[in-house]
Amino acid sequence: MPTFQQFTMPDAGEGLTEADIITWMVGPGDTVEVNQPIVEIETAKSLVELPCPFDGVVSRLLAQEGETVDVGAPILEVDVDPNGEAPAEPAPSADAATAPAAAPAAAPASPAHDVPAQDAPVPSADAAAGSSSDEGSGAVLVGYGVRAGSAQRRPRNADALEPVGGAQDLGDYPVLAKPPVRKLARDLGVDLTTVTPSGPGGLVTREDVEQHVKATAAQTLATYPGDDQPWLETGTTQGDGRTTRVPVKSVRKRTAEAMVQSAFTAPHVTEFHTVDVTETMNLVAKLKQDRDFQDVRVTPLLIVAKALLLAVRRHPEINAAWDEDAQEIVYKHYVNLGIAASTPRGLVVPNIKDAHRLPLHALAVELQHLTAEARAGKLPPAAMTDGTITITNVGALGIDTGTPILNPGEAAILAFGAVRQQPWVHEGEIKVRWVTQLALSFDHRLVDGELGARVLYDVGRVMEDPAQGLVWA
Amino acid sequence: MDTTGPLSSDGLVQLLTPSGERIGHEQFDAYASHLTAHDLRAFWRDMTVLRAFDMEATSLQRQGELGLWVQSWGQEAAQIGSGHALREPDFVFPSYREHGVALTRDVDLVEILRIFRGLQHGAWNPADHGFHLYSLVIGTHALHATGYAMAMDRDGLVASGTPAADGAVVAYFGDGATSQGDVSEAMVFAAVNNAPVVFFVQNNQFAISEPATRQSRVPIADRGKGFGIPSVRVDGNDVIASHAVTRWALEHARSGQGPVLIEAFTYRRGAHTTSDDPTRYRSKAQEEYWAERDPIARLDAYLTSTGELTDEFRAQVAAECKALGERTRTTVRSWSKPATATMFDHVYALPHATVEAERAWFERYESSFEDLEAAR
Repeated sequence: MPTFQQFTMPDAGEGLTEADIITWMVGPGDTVEVNQPIVEIETAKSLVELPCPFDGVVSRLLAQEGETVDVGAPILEVDVDPNGEAPAEPAPSADAATAPAAAPAAAPASPAHDVPAQDAPVPSADAAAGSSSDEGSGAVLVGYGVRAGSAQRRPRNADALEPVGGAQDLGDYPVLAKPPVRKLARDLGVDLTTVTPSGPGGLVTREDVEQHVKATAAQTLATYPGDDQPWLETGTTQGDGRTTRVPVKSVRKRTAEAMVQSAFTAPHVTEFHTVDVTETMNLVAKLKQDRDFQDVRVTPLLIVAKALLLAVRRHPEINAAWDEDAQEIVYKHYVNLGIAASTPRGLVVPNIKDAHRLPLHALAVELQHLTAEARAGKLPPAAMTDGTITITNVGALGIDTGTPILNPGEAAILAFGAVRQQPWVHEGEIKVRWVTQLALSFDHRLVDGELGARVLYDVGRVMEDPAQGLVWA
Repeated sequence: MDTTGPLSSDGLVQLLTPSGERIGHEQFDAYASHLTAHDLRAFWRDMTVLRAFDMEATSLQRQGELGLWVQSWGQEAAQIGSGHALREPDFVFPSYREHGVALTRDVDLVEILRIFRGLQHGAWNPADHGFHLYSLVIGTHALHATGYAMAMDRDGLVASGTPAADGAVVAYFGDGATSQGDVSEAMVFAAVNNAPVVFFVQNNQFAISEPATRQSRVPIADRGKGFGIPSVRVDGNDVIASHAVTRWALEHARSGQGPVLIEAFTYRRGAHTTSDDPTRYRSKAQEEYWAERDPIARLDAYLTSTGELTDEFRAQVAAECKALGERTRTTVRSWSKPATATMFDHVYALPHATVEAERAWFERYESSFEDLEAAR
C-alpha cells in the first residue's frame, strides 16, 4: 500500500519561524533517498539545502518556489512504499506523517540499509511541528537573524491565575521596566509606579509609558474661527465656532442608556460613611513586601473588594436584582464583582466571576488583570455581563466620594473615595490618620435603608480593622 | 597563505605533507615512530567515521531533528591524532566541537546528539570516559582544567615514580577562546602552579566570523612564552604530527614539568554551527585552498601509496559509516521529549531549596497553558 510521509519545514537556524523556498531539486515522480538534497531554502540567516528524511518517490510538492513557508508547515510529500498495491491517496494532512499507524509494517522487501520511516517512532513532522509551537529562542549562539517578536506564544488557560511570565517572582523590584524605558519615563517625568504594565510578567513597556503620558497629559487646545475661547484641538466646531458636536456612539451610548434606565427605574438611595483606614494601609504595605504577592500589584482597592465580599457574605440580600417582568426579587448566590473602569473608550464595568470563591492573592491577580485588559480594550463581552454588585474607585481620581448610579440589574454599588491623611481622633487623641469616605447607593425597591447601612458599616469595619475579616471569613 | 602574523606557517611541526608524503622531524619523529600501519589505519578509520557522523548530524539538523549542530569537519586530524595520545588516567575538558576526541574516549557519538536535540545538558558520565561534559561557554573550562590538573598534582597522580600511572589534563578550545580573559587566567595559574595541563588550541581561523588575524598579531603559540609555558605549533591537518606533539606534551605534563601550549593550525571546513552562514565572511577560493589540505585525504594518500589501505578495509569502514548513519537517524528520531522540569534535576548534587522553589514555580507556569497535550 502506498504510504505517504510529509516533510515539514524545519527551523534551520535557532529560533527561526519561516523560510522562503528558493529552488526545488526534485519534482513529483522523482525517486529520492535519505539525505539527498531536495530543496534550497533561504532563511533570515542563510541559504540552506535541505536533505530528504525519507527513501521513496516524491508524490507532491506542497510549497512553490518563491513561497514563504512557516516552520512546521509541510513542504513535500513522499510515498515511502511506492510499490504498494492500493491506489495512491495523498495524505490529507501532516497528521498522517505523525501517526506511526499510517505506515503499517509491510513485508520488508527493502534491503537492510534502507531505513523505512515507519521505524522511527518520532517522525520528523512531529518534531518539527513541536519545535514550532515552542517559544522562539531569542538567545542564539550566532548572533544574527532572529527577528524581534517573531516568537509564537502558546495560549494560556483562561483560569491561569498567574500573569504571563511571572518574572516578578524572581526579583523584588517594585516596578519592572528595561533601562531605556526607565530613562524615557524619567525624561518625561512619569512615575513608573503609576503606569499600568502590559508586558510579560508585569513589565512596563515603552508603549505603556507613552500611553500613560497621552492619557494623563493636558489635551491640546486650539481656537476656532468665530470665538476666541479655546477648545480641544480635536473636534468639529459648528459654524459660529461656539459649540462642538460629537455623535453619540459605542461605549458612550451604552453608558447613557444604562444610566438613564438605572436612574429612572430604580429609586436610588445613597449612604455615606467616613472611616479610619490606617490599618488597611498598613496591611497593603505588608502585602507589598509579602513573597506570595510579588507577582501582583497590591492596592487599597483590593482590601475594599475583600471587605465588600465579606459584607455580602453576612448580608446576602444586598447581592440581588429586581426582575420587573416577573415581579420577583432575584437573590444571587454568587458574587460577580464589578469594577467600574475608566478606559480610553469610556466607562466599562467588567466583573470578576465568582469573586466570593477567590482567596486574597487570586482576587488581586484578577483585579489587576481586569483593569489592564479593560484599559487595553481587550475584554470579551462576557466580562461585562452578569455582574451582581459593583465598586467604583472614584478615589483614584482624587475625589472624596460621590453618589454612584447602579449598574443595571444590580442592587448596590460602593464608591471608594480618596484615602487622605487627616486629623482624626484616635484613642482619645488627635492624630494624623489615613481616612477615606465610602458611599453605598442601593435600589430602594428591594433594599431598605437598614440593610444598606449594615452593609456599608461592615465594609467600613473591615477597612478600619482588617483583622475583623478573620472573624467574618 | 600568510607569511607573518597568526596565520603564518613558520615553525609548524609537520610529519605528513598535504600531498601525503611522510617527512622527518628532529624532535618529534621519535614520538611517532611507534605508530604501526595498523595504528594509522585506525586513525584513518576514526577520522572517516567521525566525518560521516558529522554529515549525518548536519542532515538531521536540516530535517528538523536537532536544534543545532556544530561540525568538526576539517578538524578531524587535530582531534583524532591528539585524542589517541591520551590514556586512561588522563582527563579531558572539551569545548563543544570535540566530537573526534569524544570518539577516542569511547563516548558513543550518537549520545552527543541528546545535547543538540535539547534533551540533556550532557549525555555521558565524565568519570567513565575521562572526558568532561561539553562546555558551551567559551574558554571557562580552561580554568576548570587547570584546577583539575592542580588537584591531580596534589593527589599524587603526577610524577608519582610510576610513569605508567601518571596522568595529565588536556583542555581543548579554539582560537576565539584565546581572546577570553579566562584562558589567560588559566595559563597564569597553570604556569605558576606547574599544573599538569596541556592547552590544546585548535586554531580553525575563525571565532564564528571573526578571523584569527583579529584575535592576535602573532601566532597563538607565541603567547606561551609570555606565561612561561613551553609551546609548539603543529599542522593540525596532519594527524601524525598532531599525535606526536600531543604525546610529547602529555609526557612533559605527566612527568611533573608543568603545562604546555599546543597550537594546532587547522581550518574549519563547515560553518561555525548550522545557524551560521560562512559565505558572508570568507571566500570560495579560501575554502578550496583548504579543501586541498584536507586531513583525511592526506592520510589516505599516504596509506594508499604504501599499499596499507586496501579496498577491503575501505569497504568495511564504509559499511560501518553507513550503519552508524542509520543508527544515528533511528535513534535520534526515537528520542521523545523529556519532561521540561527535568532540567532542574542536576543543578546541584543534593536537594536545594532555591532550585525546588524554581521547579515548583515552573511547574505551575507550565500547567497554565491550554495546549498541554500538544506540548508533549
